[in-house]
Amino acid sequence: MLGLHLYELPLFFALQGVALYAILAGADFGAGIWQLLAGRGERAKRIRDHAHHSMAPVWEANHVWLIFVLVIVWTGYPIAFASMASTLAVALTAAGIGIVLRGVAYALRSASAGAAEVRAIDTLTAAGSVIAPFALAGAAGAIASQRVPVGNAAGDLWSSWLNPTSIMAGVLALLSSAYLAAVYLAADARREGDDEMAAIFRVRALVAGSVAGAAAIAGAVVVRSDARWIFDRLVEPPALLSVALSLLAGAATLVLVYRRRLDAARISAAIAVAAVVGGWALAQNPVLLPGLTVRQAAAPDNVLALLVVVILLGGLILFPSLGLLFRLVLRGSFSAQPRAERPAPPASSTGGVASTLTATRLAGACFAIGAALLLLGDSAWPRAAGVAALGAFIVLGLSALAGEDSRE
Amino acid sequence: MQSLSAMFGPVQQAYLLEARQMQALSFAVHIPLVCFGIAFPAMVLRAEWLWMRTGDEIYRLLAMRWTKVMVALFACGVVTGTILSFEMGLLWPGFMGTFGAVFGLGFALEGFSFFVEAIFIGIYVYGWNRMAARAHFVSGIPIVVAGLTGSLFVLSVNSWMNDPRGFAVRNGRITDVEPFSALFRNGHLGYEIVHMYLAGFIVTGFLVAAAYAVGRLRGRWGRYERIALTIPLTVAALAAPVQVLVGDWAAREVAKTQPTKLAALEGVAHTQRGAPLHLLGWYRDGEVKAGIPVPKGLSLLAFHDPDAEVQGLDGVPAADRPPVNVVRIAFQLMVSIGTFLAVLSIWYLFARTRRKRVPSGHWFYRLLVLAGPASVLALISGWVTTEVGRQPWVVYQVMRTTEAVTAAQGIPVGYATLAAFYACLIGAVAWILRRLARAPMATVAEPEHALGDS
Ligand code: HDD
Ligand code: HEM
Ligand code: HEM
Repeated sequence: MLGLHLYELPLFFALQGVALYAILAGADFGAGIWQLLAGRGERAKRIRDHAHHSMAPVWEANHVWLIFVLVIVWTGYPIAFASMASTLAVALTAAGIGIVLRGVAYALRSASAGAAEVRAIDTLTAAGSVIAPFALAGAAGAIASQRVPVGNAAGDLWSSWLNPTSIMAGVLALLSSAYLAAVYLAADARREGDDEMAAIFRVRALVAGSVAGAAAIAGAVVVRSDARWIFDRLVEPPALLSVALSLLAGAATLVLVYRRRLDAARISAAIAVAAVVGGWALAQNPVLLPGLTVRQAAAPDNVLALLVVVILLGGLILFPSLGLLFRLVLRGSFSAQPRAERPAPPASSTGGVASTLTATRLAGACFAIGAALLLLGDSAWPRAAGVAALGAFIVLGLSALAGEDSRE
Repeated sequence: MQSLSAMFGPVQQAYLLEARQMQALSFAVHIPLVCFGIAFPAMVLRAEWLWMRTGDEIYRLLAMRWTKVMVALFACGVVTGTILSFEMGLLWPGFMGTFGAVFGLGFALEGFSFFVEAIFIGIYVYGWNRMAARAHFVSGIPIVVAGLTGSLFVLSVNSWMNDPRGFAVRNGRITDVEPFSALFRNGHLGYEIVHMYLAGFIVTGFLVAAAYAVGRLRGRWGRYERIALTIPLTVAALAAPVQVLVGDWAAREVAKTQPTKLAALEGVAHTQRGAPLHLLGWYRDGEVKAGIPVPKGLSLLAFHDPDAEVQGLDGVPAADRPPVNVVRIAFQLMVSIGTFLAVLSIWYLFARTRRKRVPSGHWFYRLLVLAGPASVLALISGWVTTEVGRQPWVVYQVMRTTEAVTAAQGIPVGYATLAAFYACLIGAVAWILRRLARAPMATVAEPEHALGDS
């Protein structure tokens, strides 16, 4: 596939997961950053509300990309995963805390009432949205700058991810997340016909995009002096092409936002982020960790093949489902459009007395059969039959007791 | 690459115990939350289905109010699960590095279940009032299915740790890896998934019912409350008696594959025929003190033969035994609570089928209030039984926890931080639930308000 070896394929998928996480969760974290910067007052509240409502339906699905990446790496490249996770323990703990804050704040917001409460909760979201991307990008910077040796916590717990390259990566991640979020929130607002928000986030997108661009250039200088190995590989083909694509797409996004072509900007902004991940991967290839190539780290072939099959089959379920979710959100079928009211069917009594009685008896019989099979059986088939009978007991019991009893 | 796997041998880790406690704490927070991920969507759908069947708006109101609870708990389940995924690598790199290829696939499959669950939760929640009724109901079904498959896949990993197979060890290296037979052909998966899935319904059902039972004791008891109590209670009451039978299956399987764990469950010091069962008491100096003995009870229960031989703790060297009292007390707690829940359930089922009404006495509701937290305790005790009973092995009789643990410093700091965060999380969940419970009841005619503007 694509001229890749089997041992590279899972990593190839994992990197797509990284890119999607950086884009989708990045936009989510970015929205949190804008909540932080919204200030106070009525307008600030509307900004924070827009950021919340826009992300709420999708944030959970967006975050599963991180899990997707983790499980592929630990299945396909166990030694590399163990080395990274143990050395980057502090960074990952920080990221975990950021993600917890984000999730809990979301849950809290669904129950909150007063404006003061909502503001406090949005501060939690914002804290999580700063910590998590910074720590995760710092961890990526640690890997890129070759600070994660092979072995059980063989690298330094702190300097591995708090060094010039990692900090630069963290700052860039925050800026690009803010940029992405602003573009997305502006586009969402336009769709919903909210001109005020569209204008507000358009300006924010222009500012954040320019700052992110400047920071990227400054960052290059930092990486050059701190992590010469990866820098040299980033500025030669093939990685250079990807880096250039990212810069172009980033600049194009600015132009598109300026010209109010927000939906096109959405796409070019995503390309800008994905190309950074691609460039990094091309620059590192074939080295995964110092002294460990992708091939050396890979699990046995049959495991890799199964993993690829699982990913492809999973994709068959995943992408249509995701498509459904995003279509509903983007097309605005989710925005308050009154549901076609159903004609209420005549209140049917849930089964007559006789059928309830039969269901009760049948349920009892199933329970007896299932219990006998499970207690006496000692191998797979009688047990499976027993579980099936007990399942039938529960289902029949539910239907027998479906009726509401009006008496106390 | 000989040298690479050698880099993950046993390490000096002064805080192994703390690492294990940290893992246990994270599970103890995650697992009750995911019970709601497993069972609550089905209950919400049942309410919605009743609404579609009868057109009675009270069911719709109930489904909408419950949806809010479901979303909040789901979000907390997601983040605690994410922490767990991190911890696998943070705390147990030796385990991940050595066996990731063997069991990782289970998690990869689980990952897709989570995707489906998260996506359709998004669709379902935001689709209330925004989709045709039938389509909306159908969009909830994948959530229920994904709750089942997600548990199945993650439990395949745990059952493999307890009954490892599907690989060979040659010169200290793992070879001949067969992920599918490792994950799906081990002897523990069958009962673990059935037992855990039922536990999901038991815990969710009794907890939700307990909330309305509290209300009833305080005089809040209208038609809405009665319906809201019976839907979860009916499912839980049907599941609880079945759980006892599945528990017996679990115990017999453990007797077969993990004799030392069984010996710890029952405090059996010496290998013997016709082993007695002890209720209560504690284990010291090779015997159960102050327990009530049931002659030959253990042989009968574990092997269905009063004279069967039961291997004692002395079957293995002292270094290979789990801490007996922790395991034993946890097991006894689970079994007593399980029995209590089954009896309470039969009471309820009897009243419903024979008297055609919910029980009316105060005592039933007082016990029901107790049953909610008790079911959570049974759940955690069950896991303590399984996991602590497996000690000192992380992969039963293959890898010790000392070989699995991280070499990193600072575990106590991480532990303290995490514990503080979990305390806040639990506080947050309590606050959310109180808030949602107190949210003013929209009138039945206008259930839209029940969903607020989330
Ligand atoms: C609501 C929860 C609940 C209830 C009422 C029970 N259990 Fe349980 N039990 C669990 C929840 C649980 C669990 C979900 O926590 C465990 C942990 C691992 C597993 O598969 O299920 C478990 C494990 C577990 C094990 C250990 C399996 C192993 O080590 O692999 C045994 C022997 C039993 N159970 C037996 C019982 C018996 C005899 C019960 C009834 C009288 C019972 N359980 C009620
Ligand atoms: C008995 C064991 C477990 C069961 C039954 C279980 C079940 C579930 C379920 C049903 C969910 C859906 C979310 C929810 O309902 O709140 C969930 C979430 C999650 N669990 Fe677990 N889990 C178990 C153990 C684990 C372990 C060992 C890990 C990781 C190592 C893990 C990682 C996760 C993750 C990452 C999520 C979030 C998924 C998402 O983003 O949607 N779980 N779990
Ligand atoms: C699929 C699910 C699970 C997996 C893959 C899993 C995996 C692990 C691992 C790797 C450890 C650390 C090594 C060890 O101490 O043996 C552990 C320990 C532990 N787990 Fe699990 N576990 C799972 C489910 C659970 C659940 C749901 C609980 C519920 C509370 C739990 C409770 C514990 C406890 C108490 C320990 C510590 C044992 C001790 O220190 O004595 N586990 N588990």
